[in-house]
Amino acid sequence: MPQKITDDQVRHVAKLSRLRLTDDEVRHFAHQLSAVLEYFSKLNELDVEGVEPMAHAMDVTNVLRADDPKHGMNVETVLANAPDRSPPFFKVPKVLGDASGA
Amino acid sequence: MNLTESTLVELRDAIAAKKLSATEATRSYLDRIEKHNRSLNAYHELYADRALERAAQVDAGTVTGPLAGVPIAIKDNLCTQFGHTTCSSKMLENFQAPYTATAVRKLEEAGAVILGKTILDEFAMGSSTENSSFGPARNPWDTGRVPGGSSGGSAVAMAADLCAGALGSDTGGSIRQPAALCGVVGLKPTYGRVSRWGLVAFASSLDQIGPFGRTVADAALLLQVIAGHDPLDSTSADVPVPDYLGELDRPIDGLRLGIARQYLTDSNDPAMAKAIDDAIGIYKDAGATIVDVDLPHTEYGIPTYYIVATAECSSNLARYDGVHYGHRTSQADDLIDLYSRSRAEGFGDEVKRRIMLGTYALSSGYYDAYYLRALRVRRLIKQDFDAAFDKATGGCDAIVCPTTTGPAFKFGQMTDDPLQMYLNDVYTVNANLAGIPGISLPAGFAQVSNGVTNRLPLGIQLFAPVFDEARLLRIARVFERATDLHVQRPSLQLSA
Repeated sequence: MPQKITDDQVRHVAKLSRLRLTDDEVRHFAHQLSAVLEYFSKLNELDVEGVEPMAHAMDVTNVLRADDPKHGMNVETVLANAPDRSPPFFKVPKVLGDASGA
Repeated sequence: MNLTESTLVELRDAIAAKKLSATEATRSYLDRIEKHNRSLNAYHELYADRALERAAQVDAGTVTGPLAGVPIAIKDNLCTQFGHTTCSSKMLENFQAPYTATAVRKLEEAGAVILGKTILDEFAMGSSTENSSFGPARNPWDTGRVPGGSSGGSAVAMAADLCAGALGSDTGGSIRQPAALCGVVGLKPTYGRVSRWGLVAFASSLDQIGPFGRTVADAALLLQVIAGHDPLDSTSADVPVPDYLGELDRPIDGLRLGIARQYLTDSNDPAMAKAIDDAIGIYKDAGATIVDVDLPHTEYGIPTYYIVATAECSSNLARYDGVHYGHRTSQADDLIDLYSRSRAEGFGDEVKRRIMLGTYALSSGYYDAYYLRALRVRRLIKQDFDAAFDKATGGCDAIVCPTTTGPAFKFGQMTDDPLQMYLNDVYTVNANLAGIPGISLPAGFAQVSNGVTNRLPLGIQLFAPVFDEARLLRIARVFERATDLHVQRPSLQLSA
């Protein structure tokens, strides 16, 4: 029986998930995720036509508060856990190539 | 009586009556942790100095409240401004939260002494604590077995008397299952009963903070303190919090308790079947009526839960990007590479599996077949409970069922088979999907023979309609009073 999710699909999902995987990991996860997805197809036994989807256990609608300004966290606190920083900024590696003119 | 074997309520009362100092209580627990944490790995981080300082303030009368001086353990996915909040993940190994979770703040405002943070499955994803990046917690009844998860560290701390009470979180059974496997009381409140502010998000429509206790009264007191509306969590419910302890000993005669055949399957341990029979007998004697209820969509709970939970997890965990906080790779070519390597290095396999499952279920072409279908089945599961609790049509006040099919399993038994691990949660996930409260109670022992012990704890579970924790606790209390299971303890071996 073909696997429910192929190695290529796992590569695609890993890319969407921003997870770098080795080829071995791709094969390993494809095998495991296929078993789980196969089990998920149990839901196809049910006729759900006309059933309203339920995203939340409570009927919560928008909760609004008064539009009063309040103090947020100060920059020092916000940056305290950053792996790299140049206050008041988070620091990241170069995003664009050298030829971009950035 | 041994101090650390007191119930939380006894300890609280002894400290309030000045028969015992908070410092003495805190020291006793810290000493016991010192002796046993190496073999049990319940705590990842301790705050001994801070705890003793807080205890001294209680003794000086500058800190007061309904939990004054009571030593408590906190699951390490609850943010605290002191110490680290790691979620037992390499990703957050050095993370120091900029604020404290509302539930923890309320405990401290009530005078509680926070002893430390406990081990969990990474980001609360798992049923054994084997997914912890800092080693699993070990079941005190048999250290070769898992304590359950994901709040396994809190359950172990409770069961081994390494705290007087503990907090966990329950997304699909993460309080109730470890409580059952460790032989303590564990309560998942109604969704919205307790503020989730400061609880590191896994699946936001399912996550709920709740207490572990030695007794039902201990759990009731902890819930009393942490429950209530919080402007910082718009999903926390703005409904009154009843006096749980005050209502605890009201009789239950005339109440209707439901038994659902979908929970009494052949996969249950024989001792579990006996535990349910015992409970039925106890409740009949207390004047309750036992009725059959039908929960026809029970078996669809696991696939529904694992689609909804992983979808929400894939979205919630997108925040770990190696930029704002958490692990960053040391070798990145560009920004996308920085994200992908940091996440690959920081997350363990189960977290990766769930992020990918959720991403897949939400992705173009699969959204309708997986995610949307699961949301529809979630509605059917909730409607099962609505019908079961509908008194107008012969429904019940609460449902009695097993928490798990059997006792704690051995380390490594399911780590290579994620699906088998997911199936552990068969009796717990539906309460989260429906949002209803559930409590697990020590209910008996499964017989085993492996040279370490001949018995392992089992738990039964009670479900009630939303926001009916008061009745749930009352019904739980009746079972507890008729048994001596909550005072039974594992014999701990000191590690060399």
